[in-house]
Amino acid sequence: MAGTSAAATALDQDGPLVSLKNVTKRFPGIVANDRISIDFWPGEVHVLLGENGAGKSTLVSMLTGFQQPSEGEIEVAGVPQDLSSPQRALDLGIGAVYQHSMLAPTLTLAENVSLGRPWWQKPDRRGIADEMRKTANSVGITIRPEALTSALSLGERQQAEIVRALMRGSRFLILDEATAMLTPKDAEKLGNLMRLIAQDGRGVVFITHKLNEAVAYGDRISVLRLGKKVGGLPPEQLRAMDKTEAHDEIVRLMFGTRTTGSEATENTPPPQHKLDETEKPILEILALEVDDEATPVSGIELKIRPGEVVGIAGIDGNGQVQLAEALAGQRPVRNGRIYLDGVSIEDKSIGGRRNLGLSYVTDDRLGEGIVGAFPVSLNLLLKQIGDAPFWKHGLEQPAEIARNATEKVAAFDIRTPGIGTPAGKLSGGNIQKLLLARELGEKTRAVIFAKPTYGLDLQNIAASRNRIREAADARKAVLLISTELDELLELSDRIAVMSQGRIVGIVDNNETARQRVGELMSGVGE
Amino acid sequence: MALFTEAFLTALLAGAISAGIPLLLVGLGEQMSEKSGVLNIGIEGMMLAGAYTGFLIAWKTESMGLGFIAGAGGGMFVALFMAVLCVRMGLNQIVIGISLTLGAEGATAILHHFQFSRTYPRLPATLKWDIPVLHDIPVIGPALFGREPVVYFALILVAVFAYLYRRTHFGLALQAAGDKPAALDSSGVDVLKVRTVAVLTTGALAGLGGAFMAIVGAGIFVPFMTHGNGFIGIVLAMLARGRPLWVLGGATLFGACLSLTTALQVAGIDIPTDVIQMLPFAAVMAVLIVLGSKANLPVSLGTAYARGER
Repeated sequence: MAGTSAAATALDQDGPLVSLKNVTKRFPGIVANDRISIDFWPGEVHVLLGENGAGKSTLVSMLTGFQQPSEGEIEVAGVPQDLSSPQRALDLGIGAVYQHSMLAPTLTLAENVSLGRPWWQKPDRRGIADEMRKTANSVGITIRPEALTSALSLGERQQAEIVRALMRGSRFLILDEATAMLTPKDAEKLGNLMRLIAQDGRGVVFITHKLNEAVAYGDRISVLRLGKKVGGLPPEQLRAMDKTEAHDEIVRLMFGTRTTGSEATENTPPPQHKLDETEKPILEILALEVDDEATPVSGIELKIRPGEVVGIAGIDGNGQVQLAEALAGQRPVRNGRIYLDGVSIEDKSIGGRRNLGLSYVTDDRLGEGIVGAFPVSLNLLLKQIGDAPFWKHGLEQPAEIARNATEKVAAFDIRTPGIGTPAGKLSGGNIQKLLLARELGEKTRAVIFAKPTYGLDLQNIAASRNRIREAADARKAVLLISTELDELLELSDRIAVMSQGRIVGIVDNNETARQRVGELMSGVGE
Repeated sequence: MALFTEAFLTALLAGAISAGIPLLLVGLGEQMSEKSGVLNIGIEGMMLAGAYTGFLIAWKTESMGLGFIAGAGGGMFVALFMAVLCVRMGLNQIVIGISLTLGAEGATAILHHFQFSRTYPRLPATLKWDIPVLHDIPVIGPALFGREPVVYFALILVAVFAYLYRRTHFGLALQAAGDKPAALDSSGVDVLKVRTVAVLTTGALAGLGGAFMAIVGAGIFVPFMTHGNGFIGIVLAMLARGRPLWVLGGATLFGACLSLTTALQVAGIDIPTDVIQMLPFAAVMAVLIVLGSKANLPVSLGTAYARGER
């Protein structure tokens, strides 16, 4: 392909495309990668697995030239190379697609592809658009090069980024958690696309948290733990295993001896809460309407009894956020009623609803969940600032605040250097534990969870799901919003499916639930 | 009304352009910085430095051309601090910007005091180029087509920048540097280089605008003489977003307000001068109230870029 250097053409040989040789990367106070050696072969999708903080991102940033190894070497086509800048990595045929799109939102796709050419030249918008379409067709996808990037879905942007990498002649493509934020359908598309790209003799590195994706799309799997490569499955071995065996083996590698994989949930029976049909519901939603420019919500009717978990299924962006925010009081209700223990709360403030026992665990953890610069202790009281006993006559009571924080940190296993550490410094999993600790108090009657395990690693996913179960066991009413069907099937008593701001059906969680929820989500069962 | 005589209108328009050209230059400069993601509050200081060096060299060499070049150089010198401290070292753009403005105000005032004490030497009238034929049109002719070469340069610059932003990769790179610097970096373009070029260009244009005020506008240098023109330039750039033509429109509007101040006084209208002098700033506020909410700024404006940080 045009524009590739001699080094890129040298990739057409028999050995590995890229090899890491005893690569170590140190940051002040931490060894992010510890003597890692991995070979990446042409024609393979090589999956890198590991929990948050296992060192995957550091590995990727060294392969893409954003950071340089402290020790060890990176060989490209058998030749040691100094990947000193992103430009150098590109020249060597290494391309990457990230979880968050790396396209400028105010430029069109074609203009984004055009970035990086000599500054005085006129961008050949039409020529590039044609070339993009041709490249996209060659891997069986369609894209709109003239569209403004900000108007496209994340899935479309990532496809465009892959096309861009192919146009640059990349022979080695890194997909860094590229499926993490996609809808299931888009993730599957991307999975098929990476298989197709690898079949052409290119190398693909796929980084993911999801075991089923790893097994479905990967030829070879390497597992990182705490900065070290702890094992892997070569293609022969992976092919010989069935799905469950592969899952078990990977979970064993990722977590050492423990074998409880929380993603291997397909055989877990639905929960058996003791529900009394005649009991008065805690949370009652009647004909709720919420205004929103993109997705107005209307006609929501739900009753949640003590100890019941009602799941909300649906593809992201079908009004789940609007519903959750309206219930929590963060968004005005246009019409309809919300009762909490028989008290109408739709006109009450956020604080008023909270005092009556309604909690909301947001999915926007960094944005609205915590104040990153505040210490853990204050973040644990963020919604009670000014309340006794932590504040008296407007004055902080440090002893009370510290006592509360110490208790909650211990009870919820929040891993933090101290209660005075700024909450923004914690990992995603620990921030989620902090939010759970804050929202799941004794006074809580009803809890809304918005995507409670999104972006977490397996261990924290398991911990969060346990908290949801505990909340239900403690006779609270739980509304669980999730885009992961397995999670809903594992935890919910009933599952409501949302589509375009409406509930299109409510399904009891039994053996046929997977099928029926799936039908409702894809618009079949209406 | 007797007020609107040909002479009055000519004076008004000529005044609007004289007052508008510094705003145009400074607004175009600020626009380039902001596009690339650098909020350049030091621009008032760059302007003042340009006014001082421009005046000094024009007075010493008795060459207006050298004066303008020196003015651009003076502005660029102050911009160099901004480029090193904010773009390269990633320090806070607002703090550094304010320091540079205050620093340049103090430095030029004290240097001027050492050199000239309390005398204010005057420069001779500047050279003008009459454009044939167009110059003979009443009102517009003398006001617009019999002007100093810098006026034509500034107007041509509007077209040049519009071309640069829309038709070259430099324009795309600027926009990406302001909206998603990591995307630009991963395309193999050095973000810091793009931003440095933008900041230095801003300095040169602001310096030129300042030199215009000293050499053409006033013919003398007075400490603090740019009084707020640089800040109006920031407002213009924010309202115009990426469009140079809008900067031209805004600069003409504010220029007209500034010139009305003098024209109304000359015409003997009995309004307190304080009220008249407030006009341009009232105009800024009025425009901000109407259009301010629509000022759609680059996502990464004001944020330093460091590779590998997320």
